[in-house]
Amino acid sequence: MARRVALTIPVLLGVATLVFLLIHLIPGDPAQAMLGEAAPQADVDALRAQLKLDRPLLEQYVNFLGALLRGDLGTSLRTRTSVTAQIAERIPATFELAFAAMFVAMMVAVPLGIAAAAWRGSFVDHAAMAVAMGGMAIPNFWLGPLLAIVFAVELGWLPVSGRGGIDHLVLPAVSLGLALAAMLARMTRASLLEELREPYVRAARARGISRARAVIAHAFRNSLIPVVTILGLQFGAVLTGTVITETIFSWPGIGRLLIQSIGFRDYPLVQGCILLIAVTYVAVNLLTDLAYGWLDPRIRYQ
Amino acid sequence: MARSADSLPVTRAGAAIVVVTVLAAVIGPAIVGVDPAFQDLPLRLEGPSPAHWLGLDELGRDIFARLLVGARISLLVGAVVVGTSATIGTLLGSIAGYYGGIVDDVVSRVSDILMAFPGLLLAIAVVAVLGPSLTNVVLALTLIGWVSYARLIRGQVLRVRELEYVQAARALGAATPRILARHIVPATLPALIVQATLGMGGAILAEASLSFLGLGVQPPTPSWGTMLNYGRSHLLDAPHLTIFPGLAIAVLVLGFNFLGDGLRDALDPTMSQGRRG
Repeated sequence: MARRVALTIPVLLGVATLVFLLIHLIPGDPAQAMLGEAAPQADVDALRAQLKLDRPLLEQYVNFLGALLRGDLGTSLRTRTSVTAQIAERIPATFELAFAAMFVAMMVAVPLGIAAAAWRGSFVDHAAMAVAMGGMAIPNFWLGPLLAIVFAVELGWLPVSGRGGIDHLVLPAVSLGLALAAMLARMTRASLLEELREPYVRAARARGISRARAVIAHAFRNSLIPVVTILGLQFGAVLTGTVITETIFSWPGIGRLLIQSIGFRDYPLVQGCILLIAVTYVAVNLLTDLAYGWLDPRIRYQ
Repeated sequence: MARSADSLPVTRAGAAIVVVTVLAAVIGPAIVGVDPAFQDLPLRLEGPSPAHWLGLDELGRDIFARLLVGARISLLVGAVVVGTSATIGTLLGSIAGYYGGIVDDVVSRVSDILMAFPGLLLAIAVVAVLGPSLTNVVLALTLIGWVSYARLIRGQVLRVRELEYVQAARALGAATPRILARHIVPATLPALIVQATLGMGGAILAEASLSFLGLGVQPPTPSWGTMLNYGRSHLLDAPHLTIFPGLAIAVLVLGFNFLGDGLRDALDPTMSQGRRG
């Protein structure tokens, strides 16, 4: 377990290095690119000095890492405020959306997967899996607007955009969670079918327990382990999805902040958003791995 | 997961979708004969009609004609990204798997770091600094794309390397590049083909996502994602701007997924379901 934790340190360092290098990937002069072609030379020089872009690369890198350890992500070029503070302000909204989407996904996927496995090969199975296939192919940037057309514009049941009560959360969470739901439903079905072949379930069946009871009372709990793992591993996809969903529904989270700051060429803020999402993703993957070992003692990290 | 013969119609449906889309992209614009750039401004945002099957967009351009040309962009991005990623990934993965040692360490560490980013996020980051364009989208998607091929091929090579026929070739004195090219890489082809087919769907979806965010293909080039982006301003008065491009993306991605899943069942029944999202 300690080994698994230790293995994430070089990965985190790599992530930080890549995010640091982003600014240096900008073609031409980064300071000029941030201010636009028309900016006066004096302003460009001032910004270059402010960002210490005139220092040797290695020195910049060491400073970047040092600041990072202190939780300092620099200053936004546009608002002149701390990047860390701006991001911290947006975190609750993004996590609210991400967790709501994962909740929606589980609520849809588990019943669908169980039904498909319980009536394997039947019409129910085929219909559930066809829905799941479709759900995986539908882009969330299409589903979002479609849901908005139907439920917000035509029916007027839910607000079109913004953050507020639970009613504001429904459409973004559903449009973000559906692709995950589709994947989890397939996973639940496959995992449950595998579990139903296990000797202990067959023994229970041989004692005269109905298939439905075998599914619910015996196989279901164990079959959830891989499903929960996938849920954890897919957290990154959900976080990336928030970039799109937040843009569609004007949801005030990190994703929307990222896209807006790209539009303003506010690169310190872009770096901060990307770093936060990537580090969260690494952390959740680590937690998933550790939880997996805890849930299933057969798998332990030496 | 063993699947019965009923996966065959699904695979065929996938193949049909892909073939029809390719044909539509290649010869469609010539057959339909409508200029996708022609602006009929008085009729802008008009819904579907016999003259314009899928209606007109915000500048009065024929949406059907633009979808056909847009299919070229989608397929082109998919093919170039998958082709380049698979080539780079196969090269690095087979070298890493065969030689092990420091090459393997470097390839594995770099891919660990790239995998630490959610895929689309890294693409967004790269396009954000390089600037939005078709070329940069391809570059960004290839940068993240090669990793999954390298991992796949590395694993396959590790498995194949110890098989008897490879040992025999080595014993007969065959040179290493020859062993890799003639004996090892061909054995990894089935898995590679499956991955590439599914990768087409992934790359097309990723390009559409970036273009939807305004970070991809720039107007006036008609990309399905860009069309959806512009449709967003007209959700209320012209939902057909949103409905048709999205449908095109979903159907084509579904086609590649169907085909990929079917090929997996046919070519490599032992391959796991796991796949990076």
